[in-house]
Order: sequence, then structure tokens, then C-alpha cells
Amino acid sequence: MVETRMSDATLSVIAHFDVRRRRVLAADGTLVGPRPDVAVNALTSLYRAMVLTRTFDLKAVSLQRTGRLGTYAVSLGQEAVSAGVASAMQQEDVLLPSYRDNGMLLWRGVKMEEILLYWGGDERGNRTSGPAHDFPFCVPVGSQAPHAAGVAYALKFRKEPRVAVCLLGDGATSKGDVYEAMNFAGVHKLPLVFVVNNNQWAISVPLKLQTACATLAQKAIAAGFEGEQVDGNDVIAVRAAAEEAIAAARGGKGPRLIEALTYRLGDHTTADDAARYRPPEEVQAHWKEEPIARLRAYLVSQQAWSKAEEEQLAAECQSQVEAAVERYLATPAREPASMFDHLYARLPDVYAAQRDEIGGASHG
Amino acid sequence: MAEVTLVEAVNLALARAMQEDPNVIVLGEDVGINGGVFRATVGLQKRFGPERVLDTPLAELLISGLCVGMAAQGLKPVGEIQFMGFIYPCIDQLVNHASRLRNRTQGRLSCPMVLRAPCGAGIRAPEHHSEHTEAMLAHIPGLRVVIPSSPERAYGLLLAAIRDPDPVVFLEPTRLYRSAKAEVEDNGEALPLDVAFVLREGKDVTIVSWGAILKETLAAADALAGDGISAEVIDLATLKPYDEKTILASVAKTGRCVIVHEAVRTGGFGGEIAALIAERALASLLAPIARVTGYDTVIPLPRLEQHYMPSVGRIAAAARRVCQFA
Repeated sequence: MVETRMSDATLSVIAHFDVRRRRVLAADGTLVGPRPDVAVNALTSLYRAMVLTRTFDLKAVSLQRTGRLGTYAVSLGQEAVSAGVASAMQQEDVLLPSYRDNGMLLWRGVKMEEILLYWGGDERGNRTSGPAHDFPFCVPVGSQAPHAAGVAYALKFRKEPRVAVCLLGDGATSKGDVYEAMNFAGVHKLPLVFVVNNNQWAISVPLKLQTACATLAQKAIAAGFEGEQVDGNDVIAVRAAAEEAIAAARGGKGPRLIEALTYRLGDHTTADDAARYRPPEEVQAHWKEEPIARLRAYLVSQQAWSKAEEEQLAAECQSQVEAAVERYLATPAREPASMFDHLYARLPDVYAAQRDEIGGASHG
Repeated sequence: MAEVTLVEAVNLALARAMQEDPNVIVLGEDVGINGGVFRATVGLQKRFGPERVLDTPLAELLISGLCVGMAAQGLKPVGEIQFMGFIYPCIDQLVNHASRLRNRTQGRLSCPMVLRAPCGAGIRAPEHHSEHTEAMLAHIPGLRVVIPSSPERAYGLLLAAIRDPDPVVFLEPTRLYRSAKAEVEDNGEALPLDVAFVLREGKDVTIVSWGAILKETLAAADALAGDGISAEVIDLATLKPYDEKTILASVAKTGRCVIVHEAVRTGGFGGEIAALIAERALASLLAPIARVTGYDTVIPLPRLEQHYMPSVGRIAAAARRVCQFA
């Protein structure tokens, strides 16, 4: 508990706020509280999704290392946030992801080869097989938060029982964009859930240089709605928190913020070397808390998961990923002049000559 | 037909667009009960309700970002920024999102939004209230930048901007808000975007301009006529993408060109037009191109702003110089 009090105790208290933390599974996979009402087979599908995400992520990194993919943001250690939140959403809800929410996109129906295509340098990767209304990866940190507020306003305006879900990192909470969006969401009680994936590092800047706040969840309080912290390595807790928040938003009770406390086990991106700024012992210590081993330990303790299933899943994930990689690598680059195709709904005549210049300048 | 001011024409267009399309939403600071700081949105909230005419918190970045989210969801947001000097927090949203959402999703999502902002000096306003920085917006691919210079064009171009399927920044010259009056028929007819308007035909010199300074430009053309110089005056109206054909056709006819804008000279949009003419119509030129612009200074506070702005005298003198070139 961190408490901050004014020195003058004679002044009246006019407002009081609590920030709560949710946790179901301890790091060793034992229950630390009552298990929310989630069926065991729902848990195994979360487990499968997390393993697929990790297999995909690791493959993407190896593709980058061998020159077959551009810069890639690995989500190592954060798979529970993706699986827990995405599985609590409906298809008609609107996802506004950051650039690290690979597992969320996969759960939403985006194909692995589409994600690879995007990070492989092709805009067509954003014309995904996921829900057509979902936003693509957002690279400028936190700038998707105002979009989420606009989306949620539109949903509420049309009285549709849909929710916008906006994923952010801890660094994004330092940006005015995010506060402006939260503030507006609070004013209009928008159907909007902010999920802050607090992996404790914004490239090389640790959380303590990002904020003096005891939690990031409490940032919601200034915007007039509730925030809670959840153990982001505990997929059961993340799922329960997301389910509650999304249901509340859908039910007209306004926005919520979920701070999912995780740890970035990988580098910021493949262009980063985290050994420059954080000791390997710190990373090693956090591997003891990672979400996949934790859920596996719990499922095994419930006789809901076997060694044979584990081996079969690993093989399945591997072959799915390999097949996607093949499709990605077999996708030819688009025609150069197509860079004009979606600039405007209809290309203004004045740019036709530039487009033709590209077409004519092709030397194969 | 009623005679209306430019700001009243904006109001008529907004009301017409909201009437014909229930997806049109007006949002901004003080746009509701107050009707906007210039009264451009007056009466709209009463007529269309607070859900469609929305007073936002005081946060310009938010206004532009909300527009992107709303537009991607199929609404047609028309955001208002109170003065162009406050549009800069929106640049991130305009560059990184509004202008490229269609392209980066290859047509899966689009961004049919309008961001309105009054622009320009000459109303003795406080610091940061006289900006004319359209060139930085015209640099952004995927965006449209439109500046009307009369009530008719404010009405017709704003309707076109709202109906357009892509993002448009619509800059309204504050100096003309109440001084420009004309008969405008509220018939819902839009004027074409991406097209320049020839306001006055002439054969000796082409003068290209946009926004409030067209008032001085037209007065200069009158003065030149007294000297026997026939000036063709073009209102560019849409700066991005701009109408190359009309400019080139005019210069082919006159062989001379003066570009007039209120914004500073260096990196100003006049340089783009001069480059176009140099690349595509050099053989037509009988004289060097001239630019009459704001000086490369910070726009001065009101005591000196008249000395900063291109005057009738400066414009006419430049045109005479060009016409007298051997």
C-alpha cells in the first residue's frame, strides 16, 4: 500500500478513492483466491492461444534475425493480456491495439501471414481478415486513445451495445493523448475499456521514471471512473477483469481502466538490445512469473492438461506458424504504382502523372 | 435570396449538411449553446441536439483524434478548432492518422472528417490568433486543404468538404467572416473541390491567391486596370490537391505570374506554384515570377500587423514590375 496524505489533518476529506488489485493464480499456478466462473475448457483455449502467440512471436524474431522480416515488436511475457482481454470481447466490439498486441489480433481472426506482411513492409497486412471495424496496429504511442473515444462515442450515439477496447503500454500513460481521451470518456460515460499493459519498460525508461504514481490504474480516477490493477501474468484474473469491465461498458455504466501488470521479457523490438539498460538478473527473476507456465501448472494440477496434449499443441502451433510463414514469404510485393491506390477514395487527377511516372519507371 | 456574411454561410452549410445526413456531427470547444467563438455553429445545438452538436473538453488534440475515431465508425464529424494558432496539437492526428488511415488499411477503414479552423490576421486579435500556416498542412499526403474567400464558396466548398469521403482541413479567413457579404442560395449545392476559381479574367498578368488577401488582390487588379494592365485573378481555393491546369492555362495566356499569400514566404505555398510554373510553363514566361507574401517574421501583434500583410500597393507594384520587365 502506498499512501499519500496532505500534511494538514485538520482539513476535511472531501473525496476518497481505492485502487484494487486482482489476482487468482500465484506464480506457481496455485489458486490464491476463488476462481472466477470460467470453464476449464475456456481456460485450455486461452492456454492454446497463449502458446500460439509465443510460438508466432519467436518465429517472427527469427525471421527478422535472418533478414526475412522488418523490425518486430515481440510480446514475450504478455500473452495473458492478449488472450485474457481478446477472449472477453465480442466480434462486433472494436479493438484499438498498440503495436505489441499480436495475440489480440490473432484471437480476433487476423491471420499470422497478415501480421508478418505488415512487419515485413506491406500495407496489405493491415487489410486483415479480422473484424473490418478493428483498428490496425498503432505505432505513435498512445495516439489511438482519442480514436477509441471517438469510436465509443459513435457506438453510444447509435445506441449499439458494443464496446471499444483500447490497448496501451505504460509509456503511453505519460502522454496527453491518453489523458484527453480518458477525460472525455469519463464525461460521456462512453462504452470504452482502456487496458494498460504495464510491462514496466518503455524501451529503456523504467516505470519509476515514467510516473510517480503508485499504480497506473489510479490514472482513471482523475478522469472520473474506476481503474483496477490486475496481475497481467495471470490470464484468469485478466479475463475476469476484462469481462467485468466490458460488461459494465456494454451495460451503459461507462469506461473502466485495467492496468495489467506484466514484464517485458523481450527487447522492446528487434531493433533494441535491452542488455544495455537492464540487468539480466532482473529479466531472469521475472521469468519465474511468466503467464504460460503459470496457467499450465494450474491446468496440470486440475488434471486438465497432459504431457501428450502439450506435445501435440507445440507441434500444431509450430506447423501453423510454419505454414503462415510460407504464405507470407510467397506473397509478392504489390505493384509500385499501387502506392497511390488508397491515398484518396478517388485519386485526384493532378497525381495521376506521378503514378504513371512510377509505372513507367519500372525496371523489374 | 438573402445576403449573408461568410460566417453565416458556414452556418448555413453546416445546418444543411446536418439536415441531409444524420451522421454529420459537429464538435469543438464552445460550439454548443454559445454557437462557437465566431458564431459559426449558432443555433445548431438547439436544432439538432447536444449529441450531434457537442461541446468538447478544452483539448484540441482530442477533437482531431475523436474525429478520426468517429469517422472510422461511419460518422461524418466536423470538428472546430477555435483559431488556427491552436491547430498544432492536431498535427500528429492529421499526419499520422487522418490522412493515412485509408492508405494504411488499404481501404478497409477511411476517415471522412472535416476540421474547420479560422485563419489569418487583420482582426486585431491577441497573440496566436492570426496564424496562416496552411503550407504545413498542404504538405501532408492524403489530406485536402481548402480555403474559401467568399460566402458562396464558403457555403459550397464546406458542403463539398463534408460530403467528401476523405479528410479535409477547412480554413476560414477570419477577416472575411463578417466583412464579406453576398447573396447565397441555401440550395444544398456544393462547389467542386480541387478546382481553382477564376475571379477575374485578364490577359497581361496572372495573380494567384487564396483566402482573405484576395480582397486586396482584387483591389490591386482594379488599380492595375486604371493603368491599362489587365490582371487575371485566380482563387486557388483548394491548396491540396491544387488545380495545376487552371494556373498553367492562365500563365500560358498572360506570360506573367504574381503569387500573393498572407503566410510567410519561405516554405510558403507560393513557392510550390512558382516551381510548377518553372517546371511546366517556363517557355510561356515573359518575366520572372513574383511573390507578394507576409514577411519571414513572426506575425506581429495588432499594432504592426497591417505592415506585415501584403497590401494593395505591394501587390499592384509587383504586378507592374512584372509587366514592365523587358
